[in-house]
Amino acid sequence: MNYLSKLHQTLDSGKFAVTAEIGPPKHSSAEGIMHHCDMLKNHVDATNITDCQTAIVRMSSIAAGVHIKKGGIEPIIQMTCRDRNRIAMQSDLMGAYSLGMRNVLCLAGDHQRFGNHPGSKNVYDIDSMQLIYLLRQMRDEKKFFSGEEIKEHQPEFYIGAVANPFADPFEFRVDRLEKKVEAGAQFIQTQCIFDMERFERFMELVRERGIDQRVHILAGVTPLKSWRAAQYIQTGVAGMMVPDSLIERLKNAEDPKKEGVNICVEDIKHIKENIKGVHGVHIMAIAWEEVVPEIVERTGLFPRPV
Amino acid sequence: MRLQYSTNIRIVEMTCTGNIDHRVILGAFEEGADGVFVAGCMEGDCHFLKGNIRARKRVNAVKKLLDEIGVGGDRLEMYNLSSAQGARFAEIANEMTARIKELGPNPLKEAGISNNLKGGDVT
Amino acid sequence: MIIAQQKPIQEIAEMIAEYKKVAFIGCAGCVTVCLSGGEKETEILATAMRIKRKLEGNPLETVTHTATRQCDPEYVEALEDVIKDVDAVVSLACGVGVQYLAERFDNWIVPALNTNFAGGSREHGVWEENCGMCGNCILDKTGGICPIVRCSKSILNGPCGGSQNGKCEIDKEVDCAWQLIYERMKKMGKLEKLMEIEPPKDWSTSRDGGPRKSVREDVMIG
Repeated sequence: MNYLSKLHQTLDSGKFAVTAEIGPPKHSSAEGIMHHCDMLKNHVDATNITDCQTAIVRMSSIAAGVHIKKGGIEPIIQMTCRDRNRIAMQSDLMGAYSLGMRNVLCLAGDHQRFGNHPGSKNVYDIDSMQLIYLLRQMRDEKKFFSGEEIKEHQPEFYIGAVANPFADPFEFRVDRLEKKVEAGAQFIQTQCIFDMERFERFMELVRERGIDQRVHILAGVTPLKSWRAAQYIQTGVAGMMVPDSLIERLKNAEDPKKEGVNICVEDIKHIKENIKGVHGVHIMAIAWEEVVPEIVERTGLFPRPV
Repeated sequence: MRLQYSTNIRIVEMTCTGNIDHRVILGAFEEGADGVFVAGCMEGDCHFLKGNIRARKRVNAVKKLLDEIGVGGDRLEMYNLSSAQGARFAEIANEMTARIKELGPNPLKEAGISNNLKGGDVT
Repeated sequence: MIIAQQKPIQEIAEMIAEYKKVAFIGCAGCVTVCLSGGEKETEILATAMRIKRKLEGNPLETVTHTATRQCDPEYVEALEDVIKDVDAVVSLACGVGVQYLAERFDNWIVPALNTNFAGGSREHGVWEENCGMCGNCILDKTGGICPIVRCSKSILNGPCGGSQNGKCEIDKEVDCAWQLIYERMKKMGKLEKLMEIEPPKDWSTSRDGGPRKSVREDVMIG
């Protein structure tokens, strides 16, 4: 079996994967991300490189991915449907492949209203489902999105997608995940899990349908620094759920940051030991990358395999 | 009952304040009125159910427009009172007169009233 | 119908600041129904402009008229007498009407309205966008709810991860179109249709294909 990427190999060989996230800077120096890269490289299998997340202009995901790769981590390029039409997407994807990128995560992207260019025009020429499908078609059938043949050197990405068990309608979330798998998604990263009970119900439905046998699901986790951060996510971010008990626990903690890490470690252990069908964790330590090694070590996921 | 109220008030009778049109109010100002108050029935007592409530919304829209064009929305007000409240009417008339006196004359008068510039409808 | 909304008074005033005699031309079509450019709105705007200009010491003479439709050459033609001796024309029609006037007359023509969308009336005074005019209707696939325009990301395989409690991520007041589609399909017993992957849309029938033309040869005269 030829593996498309190291992440592909890790997951297909049945190892519990660890991915993290690096957000490119709002400037044109790679110094900061290289620093994060050094910090994470021994503790993760790959890192996502976000694509202008929350619609704030940042260094390109692909460019940052090239830096990260040089720094020793396998990048997962994120590609949103917000900013590129199908022409730009294919062009960027081919370029990314030529630069050594091997994993792509397909997502719709946050609406530009949330970012620093709310007056911009969004694209949404294709949606994330179609992007998954077309990427697979490029790889497996050597075809451009239009159906035209790619004569040689088609990009062969390991295709990822996202799932949000906390968005509505809940019962359709598993259907939509299945649709993404049908379209060609090979690994799935979930939205940050704070409401473990809901995630367990989601995974139950996933297992009932056998979807976990067809795709590698990485559970998304986020260490929280304070109860205010938790409350903000609870009330201010669409598609996320934070139980009151979590806010209370952070509120009552002597050292909230330490408690945030403790919670994250507990959650990962719980997911790994008790929730069948989850094949890895995706640690989204937003603006707190330095805490990832500790989390990985404390959850017994260190040293990394492969 | 005879009540004294300012003599400078000219009453324009309408069947219901719900009949008030933006154009009637704007027209009054264009013709030189210093202020306009719309006297509607008490809220909840409208014979046509919501005429006075709708009138208030329209009055508010015209107030905003008057602000935008430089006449000033303060020159327009909506009051609710019943036909049995003669004393209240006199009070409002005096209150409004005092307010307008404070604001001074319709600024259009200073700009020179003349209707000959109004082309009117050609159709 | 076309839903339009009047521009701020100041903006319109600036467009005609240098002109002394201006025609305000309303339209008895869509903009009358959505209360933005009918006879009444035309008269209000003309009156407001006269007052404003007089206060500024720059009196304005106005002519008002409401055309049957500004998007039809036949009715535009009939405006010649009204427009012939004015310095400028303020059109209270949608963007189509403004262009028809500009095409026909050599006067300076300016818009009084912002043309917003194709939509309908929800309640008196509330209009809502319902059609994206993409030129290739897919309402049969989505239970009669248009994701092109009612989903803020025009997603064809929704809902995205920002849908919560039936609302869109962009605003808690905005319904998630895909939640509505899901509910409708469920009610109609057609949920399995949502499992089909809707392929990429051909946008060439939409605005992206350049200005569009619609021809019915059977009704053409001559």
